[in-house]
Amino acid sequence: MESNVDSAAVEATGLCFKYGQRKVLHDIALRLKHGDIVGLVGPNGSGKSTILKIISGILDGYTGCVRIAGRDVLEMSRREVACRLAMVPQESVFGFPFSVLEVVLMGRHPHLAGQAFESRADIKIANDALARCGALELAPRPIQELSSGERQRVVFARALAQQPQILLLDEPASFLDIRHQVEIYDIARDLALEQGCAVLTALHDLNLASEYCDHVYLLSSGRVLADGATSEILTYSNLTSVFSTEVYVDINKVTGKPLVVPLSSHLANRHKQTCEGRFRSNN
Amino acid sequence: MALRDRPLSANRVAIITLWLLTALVICLCLGISFGAGHVALTDLLPGNSLNSVERAILYEVRLPRVLIAGLLGGALTVAGVVFQALLRNPLADPYVLGVSGGASIGGVVAITLGLGTVAGGLGSMIVPACAFLGALGTLLLIEMIATVDGRLTVYTVLLTGVIFNAFAAALIYFIQSIASLQQLHEIVFYLMGRIPSLGHEALGVFAIAILLGTGALVAMSRDYNALSLGEEGAMHLGVDVERVKRRTFILGSLLTGLSVAMGGLIGFVGLVVPHMLRMMIGPDHRILLPAAFLGGGAFLVLADLFARLVLAPNELPVGVVTALIGGPFFLYLLRTRSRIYGI
Repeated sequence: MESNVDSAAVEATGLCFKYGQRKVLHDIALRLKHGDIVGLVGPNGSGKSTILKIISGILDGYTGCVRIAGRDVLEMSRREVACRLAMVPQESVFGFPFSVLEVVLMGRHPHLAGQAFESRADIKIANDALARCGALELAPRPIQELSSGERQRVVFARALAQQPQILLLDEPASFLDIRHQVEIYDIARDLALEQGCAVLTALHDLNLASEYCDHVYLLSSGRVLADGATSEILTYSNLTSVFSTEVYVDINKVTGKPLVVPLSSHLANRHKQTCEGRFRSNN
Repeated sequence: MALRDRPLSANRVAIITLWLLTALVICLCLGISFGAGHVALTDLLPGNSLNSVERAILYEVRLPRVLIAGLLGGALTVAGVVFQALLRNPLADPYVLGVSGGASIGGVVAITLGLGTVAGGLGSMIVPACAFLGALGTLLLIEMIATVDGRLTVYTVLLTGVIFNAFAAALIYFIQSIASLQQLHEIVFYLMGRIPSLGHEALGVFAIAILLGTGALVAMSRDYNALSLGEEGAMHLGVDVERVKRRTFILGSLLTGLSVAMGGLIGFVGLVVPHMLRMMIGPDHRILLPAAFLGGGAFLVLADLFARLVLAPNELPVGVVTALIGGPFFLYLLRTRSRIYGI
């Protein structure tokens, strides 16, 4: 572990990236400490997934630099990265009918080094990860038979089995019902609080961002428009301008955090007038 | 399926390997014991005496033949498994990536040039050598075409291979159309796939090459498991995907090229046996790859025995037998066990 208290778990500076001629990231800077849960929020195509891919080291050809625990991610071997960092992608493919337990055990891959087989300790880690995700009863089933929600929990369990110090989540909750959404982010929060795991998550659900993220980066067209404490970023003016959609923002009476509800277009005009009126009277 | 309740352990790999090894040895013994000429393995037991002809049949003819069949079957099945893992496509077989087309061209050209009838110690090796050169040339060509920005793109490899095979087929038709009747006959039998006869030295070299290639692929078993999660998924688990892809393409192609050079286009082994084994022992490559080598070997030894016996004293090309048995058997398995198998 790093003894330096100041050292960021992840530090990205000056990231620019092009897909062909299309520039998708413009000078992104981002910093993540151990124990933080940081959200990437922004419309489709704003660059959230690209940032996660660059940080996890699977995309190169960008300018700028990503450091994981002080080292340039492109100079680390894949195995070194995978021992520290796990990623839960939006969707996963499964080529062959491995059982759920076998898939979760694959999370031990980077830790096995020269061994061909998982030890008992590895199997326990995998079973614990499954249990933590409420998926233990799925263990013997072929992964291809599962529903997309069940699969996503298995993929999350696999990431846990990697025992990462950095956890990247790319819309992990898209296919999940509210119970499992909360469950996954509860686990992520526990990892951050108990083990000092640094969590970086792209998410569309602004209320999940509001509830779980300490810090949010608001992205639009590959630029960071704003970043800061979640309640300072998820505001009416920020969200309406970034998403070009009218939203109703209030304080969640239970948590005291921002509550965000998108409005249908025929409600939007009426709401806009009230909000703008309120802004004028506030100023 | 009961075997699969617990994750794979070294123990289970040892048990399954031992079973399959036993099966392979039994098949080899059967292969040695039957055939034209009345002599069997049991004649070697004390109390029986063999004359020199019988001894020669056993040691010089049948033993090398079953060993070659075993090696060919093993190599083709291993190549099938790793190409299926590389492409994440159950329809891949050893011939899909184009190297077989190159090997066929090399062999057919050599036959047409009259090199198939050269007498002398190494004369019989000229056609396989030309075929293997064809395979190597194709391997380099396809790797060059499919490498974009220093990366091997799997779909480009696949498309290049398929197109190259079509091109090779056309070229072979062209050669056939200008070949003499005698050569045409030779070409057709070469392409149908048959077990060649090799001297002991050639057999030794062939065996070492196949075993080394297979060993290098088995060493990547865990990487293939991870690769079933897609290339990005495997990268996130710490797999150096580019290296695994390139090694797999090269080693799998070498195994295929060597097999086609030796045995022609023996079909179905590399497609059917991997699926049969996956249905029986699951998709984990740490057991699947060793099992593919042993099971594929046993399968081809049996198919060759069948090919020798069914119309004795005439021989069928073994490629015809593998397709005739393998095809229907595979469809039967697919219908009865596809739910478990999950395709």
